[in-house]
Amino acid sequence: MVNNEYALKTNDLNVFYGEKHAVKQLSIDFPRHTVTALIGPSGCGKSTYLRSLNRMNDLIEGAKVTGEIWFDGENVNHSAAHVRLLRKRIGMVFQKPNPFYKSIYENIAYGPRFHGVTSRKELDEIVESSLRKAALWDEVKDRLHHSALALSGGQQQRLCIARTLSLNPEILLLDEPASALDPISTSKIEELIQQLKVNYTIIIVTHNMQQAARISDQTAFFLMGELIELNDTNQIFTKPTRKETEDYITGRFG
Amino acid sequence: MNTKAKDRLATGVFYAMAIIIVVVLFGLLSYILFHGLQRIDLQFITSPPEFMKAGGGVGPQLFNSLYLLVLTMLITLPLGLGGGIYLAEYAPKNKVTDIIRLSIEVLSSLPSIVVGLFGLMLFVNTMGWGYSILSGAFALTVFNLPLMVRVVEESLSSVPREQKEASFALGITHWATIRKVLLPVALPGILTGAILAAGRIFGEAAALLFTAGMSSPNLNFANWNPLDPASPLNPFRPAETLAVHIWKINSEGLIPDVREVADGASALLVITVLIFNIAARWFGKWLYRRLTAS
Repeated sequence: MVNNEYALKTNDLNVFYGEKHAVKQLSIDFPRHTVTALIGPSGCGKSTYLRSLNRMNDLIEGAKVTGEIWFDGENVNHSAAHVRLLRKRIGMVFQKPNPFYKSIYENIAYGPRFHGVTSRKELDEIVESSLRKAALWDEVKDRLHHSALALSGGQQQRLCIARTLSLNPEILLLDEPASALDPISTSKIEELIQQLKVNYTIIIVTHNMQQAARISDQTAFFLMGELIELNDTNQIFTKPTRKETEDYITGRFG
Repeated sequence: MNTKAKDRLATGVFYAMAIIIVVVLFGLLSYILFHGLQRIDLQFITSPPEFMKAGGGVGPQLFNSLYLLVLTMLITLPLGLGGGIYLAEYAPKNKVTDIIRLSIEVLSSLPSIVVGLFGLMLFVNTMGWGYSILSGAFALTVFNLPLMVRVVEESLSSVPREQKEASFALGITHWATIRKVLLPVALPGILTGAILAAGRIFGEAAALLFTAGMSSPNLNFANWNPLDPASPLNPFRPAETLAVHIWKINSEGLIPDVREVADGASALLVITVLIFNIAARWFGKWLYRRLTAS
């Protein structure tokens, strides 16, 4: 692995949905082992941008992504790039908790098993360590073989994070991971993000300004598919340089 | 009339409709069972029919119905799964797939006698299989495939999209996602479709008259060599099913106890379908639990 300063960079990234130009010329660098928050009003393209980083937009008919995504010394926005390997190394957690209709154990073991882990012992270890990293182990260790759907929403979301961690990714893309959760579950997820950034580079989309201020190191403000301002989170929330940013974070629109 | 009264009226109407359905169903069922059960005993279920005198059974016909069910499902299930998976997961949205869907709609509304005559032409004559279980199984496949394809497609499409995204985001292939994530969730819907299809196989007569035939050779139930003409397993022998037998003895039967045999066979048919339904649902539940840990 190339141990440079940035885990991921995008260069002039554009996303089109048919005629709609949803993301415009976005260039952002993501420093290794930091949390970057993407904020902005609904429909500003932040989720679309996030989903293009692990090529999830490939699944959407009529979506086209142009520009460069630099990951590990390679431009991965390229038809020849190994998309499955990329998705393994850049994990994603979605807005709505989406555990599989399987047991807690199988939810975690599913990914590693597909990617070649066969020994039961090894799978057991992955399941335990992933659940520990997601701060869920103590709550579920006695019911690993029960349905994941019986967990609470907050637990389900941490299970989804554990599921992503089971593949040992380098980057975590979090698409409003706490927006469907109650305040207690939300604070657990935020705490978790703080712990995870020691080992992972995290990019999080959030609607919650306080959340962005609490957990991120740098913040990018999006508006109508464009990057308005990118800076240290402290800077953005105390001394924004652009009028639009200030209006948004002080709640004057959006 | 105020809102409250309207609400009460609507509730009453729906209750009345539900009661009508239940009454009709139970009336029919108890009529069939009341008349038929008197005739059903071990001898009736196991012995072959008589042609001139009273006291014959429907053993071979019952076996034929079950064997035809197995053969038809062996052909229908893979084709139906394949077609349904294609339409739900791989088919692009364009003119060609619109035409495929339209053809399936049309195929599903074909009268079964037309399917039977088509089977006579293609399987019995052109393929040269004669009146045989195999011809019957293929004709019933034509009859059931549209239903099966639609059910599989709809069951797969109703799996939440997030499930698929979650799997793709783990770098897992489309095919593995279909097998490990989508199909287990879609299983109850697919199973319901398969049970409906099986019920149609048991009950179908018109499509079988000219394909599986209206006679059953003397079967030797000790002979399990599928290539032997006297073996019950031989797929190239004619095979009159229970439903066809009921129709035949009612229209041209010479035995004095036509009424009793028809009643008994009808009741036996209903009971077989019932047992099959319950068993299939129980198995489906067990499988779903196993696959989803619920």
